[in-house]
Parts: sequence; structure tokens; C-alpha cells
Amino acid sequence: MEVNEVFEKVKGLFVEELGIDSEKVTMDAKLEEDLEIDSLGIVEVVMAFEDEFEIEIDDDELTDVGTVGQAVNLLHSKL
Amino acid sequence: MTKQRVVVTGLGTINPLGNNVSDTWEKLVGGVSGIDYITLFDASDLPVTFAGEVKNFDANEYMGKQNARKLDRSGHLSIFAAEEAIQDAGFDLSKPLGEDFGIVFGTGIGGIGATEDAVRVYDERGSTRISPLAITQLMPNSSTGQVAIKYGIQGPSLTITTACAASANAIGEAKRMIEQNIVDKVIVGGTESGTTSMTIGAFAQIKALSKQNDEPQKACKPFDKNRDGFVMAEGSTVLILESESSAKDRDAKIYGYISGYGSSTDAYHITAPSEGGVGALRAMEKAISNADISNEKIDYINAHGTSTPANDLNETLAIKSLMNDYAYEVNISSTKSMTGHLLGGGGAFEAMASLLTMKNNQIPPTINLNDSDADCDLNYTANHSVDKDIDHVMSNSFGFGGHNAVLIFSKQ
Repeated sequence: MEVNEVFEKVKGLFVEELGIDSEKVTMDAKLEEDLEIDSLGIVEVVMAFEDEFEIEIDDDELTDVGTVGQAVNLLHSKL
Repeated sequence: MTKQRVVVTGLGTINPLGNNVSDTWEKLVGGVSGIDYITLFDASDLPVTFAGEVKNFDANEYMGKQNARKLDRSGHLSIFAAEEAIQDAGFDLSKPLGEDFGIVFGTGIGGIGATEDAVRVYDERGSTRISPLAITQLMPNSSTGQVAIKYGIQGPSLTITTACAASANAIGEAKRMIEQNIVDKVIVGGTESGTTSMTIGAFAQIKALSKQNDEPQKACKPFDKNRDGFVMAEGSTVLILESESSAKDRDAKIYGYISGYGSSTDAYHITAPSEGGVGALRAMEKAISNADISNEKIDYINAHGTSTPANDLNETLAIKSLMNDYAYEVNISSTKSMTGHLLGGGGAFEAMASLLTMKNNQIPPTINLNDSDADCDLNYTANHSVDKDIDHVMSNSFGFGGHNAVLIFSKQ
């Protein structure tokens, strides 16, 4: 799967599952500051990723994930 | 320090009758039922297929999906009702209310819908798929915390869970906070959204609910000979309690005084009221004593009046013990005949109804009261509202667990 396909799927999850405005979801968007996803929301995001991409994500893999782009890259590397 | 008198300066509500105070009052005095067949889920397998649901309310539309999904429906209703109440009291919604405001909410079963959803996910998909929002949706203090966050309430907070007496206790405890100068303004609310499949099923199992599925609007008939149980309902009502001096300093509109509060415990049975309503009677006596008036000054009693055989009989007996001959004169009504039973949200709703009764000098009726019960022979204001000057109102709330909370409202 190409990076831009992963991005589109991630964007779809944010919009459909979390109710975030689609125009806010860009590769540069910061999860906490721009998308207002708090610590509980991050757990939801990870669960949504795991279901969508049929993968498992460990907590320590998330240490450096602060933006949509970083999340997309992490997911891309695991597919 | 002088003991502060406590007034109510704002009201807000969302309930089966209406999504604001004025629509609700119109229905109450018009004798309109808010009960209908359940639409929020498929209830066809349940022994009871009707309830008092809030209508025309979409939480996603009201607060946006990203916010709405963080709360159980009981929380949505709390935030909605609080907005109307805070605005009604004349406070600016665009600024945090701050540390001069306390908050006390009452609920019977908190985010029970979220609990049911989380258990379903656990059973179907295991623990790792439970929503991380489940705990904060289901905890009984969720509404207290979420309303505080939304409106910036930073004073003391409490959540009271004395079943169907919860928000009457919340008002009473908030009254004490103001009297003791702990804080001079308290947002007090009651909330409940137990119109869910497991919860209705479970209440039906203990024979608490009316099963008159053929005519939902007529099922709730407090004090009627053919009453067969209460009708589950959902909603939230919020009151702004304030010290008289604070309200007068800012020229606030005053609905009335909270002049008396009494509470007691049956210590008898977990669901059945104590025989003769002696536990309820103790709470009524304490409330009237706290208001420092005589029994005959009460012009109207907003009864607990659930429409269960046991409640209505024992509440009647308690009122007779309290008031003797005057018990046969005083106007009594059960607004639950129209709203259904808001459980932990009932006390706050009925406080609002009591204050509006006093303000408008108009008593809402007990609807569906057509066949009199020889043992329930008081003046229940059957089927039609009554115009009457009202100076003092008593509102009763009793909960499973044997909790009794009684409030007195006074015009002056």
C-alpha cells in the first residue's frame, strides 16, 4: 500500500470514527494540538488503526508519533 | 456568619415533555403525556415497549460528533440542560464560571447505556476492544465532571447517587453548602438516561414497570386503582442555586426560595417503602421543620407518585400521618403521570415543576387518574390543572435503598 493510500484511510478513520473535520486532517496536523485528540483519544485511534489495517501496535512504537504524517509512516512501515 | 437564604435564579431542562423550560411547563399544565413507544433501540423483545424518551435531540448536531462521542447520553442531556439554566440565570456562557460556583449532580445509574455497550463489546471482541472512553462515560460522576469542564465550574463538587432521590438530595446538599457560606452559587442538576435495553429489562424483572403496552400515554396512572408500575423516562434538569444576597446584589430574577430540606432512610427493604411510609414521613417532618412553617402552610405537594402500587399507597399514608385532616384538602399531584419516572433526574425536574407552580400559581394535574382507589383518597388534582395562590410547595422524592429526600419551596 502506498503512503498516500494509508493517509486516505487514516483520514477516513479520523473523520468517520472520531468526528474530526476532514479539512483539519493533513500530514502536518498535530494530533493533540490541531486535532484535539487527548490521551484517551490516542487509545481509540490506535484501536481504530489496528482494526482497519489488521496489525498490532505496541505502546513503545507510539513514542515518536505526534503528527498525522508520523502515524501514517508508522502504519506504512508495518504493512 | 449569618445563615444565607437560598434562592433559585435559573432553570434548564430536557425531558420527555420538552427541550426547554417553557415548552415543558405548557405540557405540564396542559396535562400532556410525554410517554410513547421506544424508538432509541429495538424493544420488541422486552416485556415493556414504551418509555419517556427525550425527543428531537441529536447530540452530534448539538455539540459536534468529536465531543458527543466522549459522553454517555445522560451527559449530553446534562450539558444541554445546564446551558439553558446558566443562561436563564443571566451568566455569560462565553466565560468560565470559575471558583465561586459549586456543582452538585444527582443520578441513579449514571452512564448505564455506556456500561451496556462496553459489556457487549467485551463479550463479542474481548477486553482489548473496549473503548477507552467507556470508563469516563459510565462513571456516575461523569455528568458532574463534564458539565464542570464545559462551563468552567471550579468550586466544590459532589455527585449524589441515592437512586430516585438523588437530585432532590443534590438540591438539599447544595442548599447547605450555600447556607454555610462554602460557596454562594451552585449548579445543581439531575440526570438519567436509563431508557436502554438491559435496564428496562432489569426493572421489568422486579415488577417495577407498568406493562400496559397497548396505551403508553395512559400507562402511568399514579394513585389510580389500576396503576401497575412506573414508566421509565430519561432527561436532565438543572437549577442555579444562589444565596439571596448574591442574587439581590446582581438583580437576578428569583423563582423562589428553597426553604426546607429533610432526608431520612427507611432501613427496611431495598426496594419496598417502609410500612405506612414512616421513613418518608420522617423526611417530610424534617423538611417542614427546616422551613420553619406549619403543615397547613403547604399549598401543594409534588408527590413522588411513581404509579407503583406500593409507593402511592405508602406516600398517601405518610401524608395523612403528617397532615391529619388537612391532608384531604391540600392539592397533591404527580407530574410523573406525564413525564414518567426520571429516576435520579426526578428530584430536580420536580423541583423545577414546584417552582413554576409557585411562580405561575397553577398546579399541574395528575393525569390518567380515572378510577379512584379506596386507599388513595386524597386530593390528587386529577386530570386538570388548578389555579390557586401558592406560597409553599413540598416536593417528595424516594429512592430504592430506602432513601427519602423532601424539599420545601417558598415564594418569600
